[in-house]
Amino acid sequence: MAEQPVLDIDKLKTYFYLDDEKVAKAVDDVSFSVYPGETVALVGESGSGKSVTALSIMQLINKPGRIVEGTIVMNGKELLQMKPKQMTKVRGNDIAMVFQEPMTALNPVFTIGNQITEMIRKHQKSSKNQAREKAIELLKTVGIPRAEDIMNEYPHQLSGGMRQRVMIAIAISCEPALLIADEPTTALDVTIQAQILDLMADMRDKYHMSLLLITHDLGVVSEYADRVMVMYGGQIVEEGPTKELLRTTNHPYTKGLLNSLPNIDKHVDRLETIKGTVPAAFNFPKGCRFSTRCPYVMDKCLESNPEITEVGPEHYVRCYLHENGGIPNDESR
Amino acid sequence: MYQYIIRRTLVFIPMLFALTVIVFTLALLAPGDAFTGKSLADPNVDPEVYERQREEAGLNDAIPVQYGRWISNVAQGDFGKSLVFNGRSVSELIEARLANTLYLGLFSLFITLVVSIPIGIYSAKHPYSLLDYGATGFGFLGLAIPNFFFGLIAIYVLAIQLDWFPAQGTLDEPGMTGIEALKSRLHHMVLPGITLGLAGTATYMRYMRSEVLDVLGSDYIRTARAKGMSDRNVLYKHTLRNALIPIITLMGFEIGMLLSGAVITEQVFNYPGLGTLFLSSVVNRDFPVVMAIAMLLGILILVGNLLADIFYSIIDPRIRYD
Repeated sequence: MAEQPVLDIDKLKTYFYLDDEKVAKAVDDVSFSVYPGETVALVGESGSGKSVTALSIMQLINKPGRIVEGTIVMNGKELLQMKPKQMTKVRGNDIAMVFQEPMTALNPVFTIGNQITEMIRKHQKSSKNQAREKAIELLKTVGIPRAEDIMNEYPHQLSGGMRQRVMIAIAISCEPALLIADEPTTALDVTIQAQILDLMADMRDKYHMSLLLITHDLGVVSEYADRVMVMYGGQIVEEGPTKELLRTTNHPYTKGLLNSLPNIDKHVDRLETIKGTVPAAFNFPKGCRFSTRCPYVMDKCLESNPEITEVGPEHYVRCYLHENGGIPNDESR
Repeated sequence: MYQYIIRRTLVFIPMLFALTVIVFTLALLAPGDAFTGKSLADPNVDPEVYERQREEAGLNDAIPVQYGRWISNVAQGDFGKSLVFNGRSVSELIEARLANTLYLGLFSLFITLVVSIPIGIYSAKHPYSLLDYGATGFGFLGLAIPNFFFGLIAIYVLAIQLDWFPAQGTLDEPGMTGIEALKSRLHHMVLPGITLGLAGTATYMRYMRSEVLDVLGSDYIRTARAKGMSDRNVLYKHTLRNALIPIITLMGFEIGMLLSGAVITEQVFNYPGLGTLFLSSVVNRDFPVVMAIAMLLGILILVGNLLADIFYSIIDPRIRYD
């Protein structure tokens, strides 16, 4: 990985200033890089800060949220220093995003064609006809039949899977360097999920994009991602190449996520769960943020939050256990 | 779409029929008739004279007979003669007033929209700002003050004290023509127009604010911003079109509200429209006129709702009537 990263995030902090002076630290000291052409997965439960991280990159954080600290460098340009107007030239053009809810992500009162071409015309200064041709070509690329007809149709006339294809067509229309997909298949039928993910992988290769894939599905991760980052409580708790991380899991949280997956070789009556829920972002425990749910919690964990440390080649973990040789081999857990 | 419009128009017929029955019943329930007041006012006239006139006007017939006669005339486009205005035809009386009321209504609607929509959008873009609070305060006030009271204050302050606007009528001098007449007419409509539109302005403003706020928080607005669309584009294209959908519905009702509100406002400003005619006809028990105006208002309200439905389907592609 000697190449220059496409996206380089350093010590990003996005806080939400709630009423009664509570501060929700939705993203707290997150650093990572995305390299050209690779797929990086951002994994975690609901409320772990994945989506806020993505929206921070796009600078689409709404009040009362604010990016308080950190740098986001995209191809050498520091995005957080940009004026709002400059940022509109980055959004859609350099970084594009596909959202979780295809049913509501498209504007119901404009045609599909209008919603694709307005973006092409904004970023590529092409004529109406050029944009239209390009849009039809894109719809064909993402596997939409009757592309010419669909151009004049409205979102409510399409199925969820079709709408997500349209969203992907919109996202890739200006050939961005980075595509962020925020749980792109969560709202879709299982049978459609694989199609959509395959389509995104194809598009990534075809347009030489990098893909930041936000998901809570470790099955998806193992199949599509080159690298994985596991988020918990607004922080990255484990990061590494997919195979390495899935084989030698070093964080109890990652391990908990893996254990909660059904395994085709093992018969169990009940799937494992991680007890409890993610603590509220304005009320993290003093020490390690996972300490309230961790089966291996030690005194030290309650005192201070561990730093993220390298435990293997490109494999980092935020846990004190690695000092004692990793997670104890304890199958009863 | 055309089928839908035809179907809706056909539904008007039974609705209007029901309306005539209700209005007719209510009119006859009121004590006295057009000649009651006259006989009390002038004791020198032989009551026999009025009795003869009653007989001639058919007021002594059985109620169903009266109704049957009236409705068959109406079906032929004949609303009868006024009992008070020396036998002038009702159509003629209404014609003279209808235009005035429509001008006032449209003018008032125009002021309402021009004021409320921009303020509503601003309030939503800058919630809890000074202007937003001001608009909210104005909204409460506008809804709380009765029309006639605001009208009286407006006359006292703006017409009498400051002498900026005329307090009543439609023209400076009768017989004006051309641009002069238009200017004078508009000048005369300012105070009644504002008075009539006050409550509507407050309502639209609040609706617009909450709609725009709602739409701004929606997923597709986030998508539009993620596409790199400018703030202007996001607000005026993606947000506005969606936020206007409920406003259109509201406007359908508002047409009826404007006309009924005009009854009181026109009275306050002594404005020669349908409202003043309606009120005086009710007081004089001039039933043919009352019935005709009630019918007309009914038709206008129904047409207003139909228009709202049609606009609704134009602006929102999800709504198709077939």
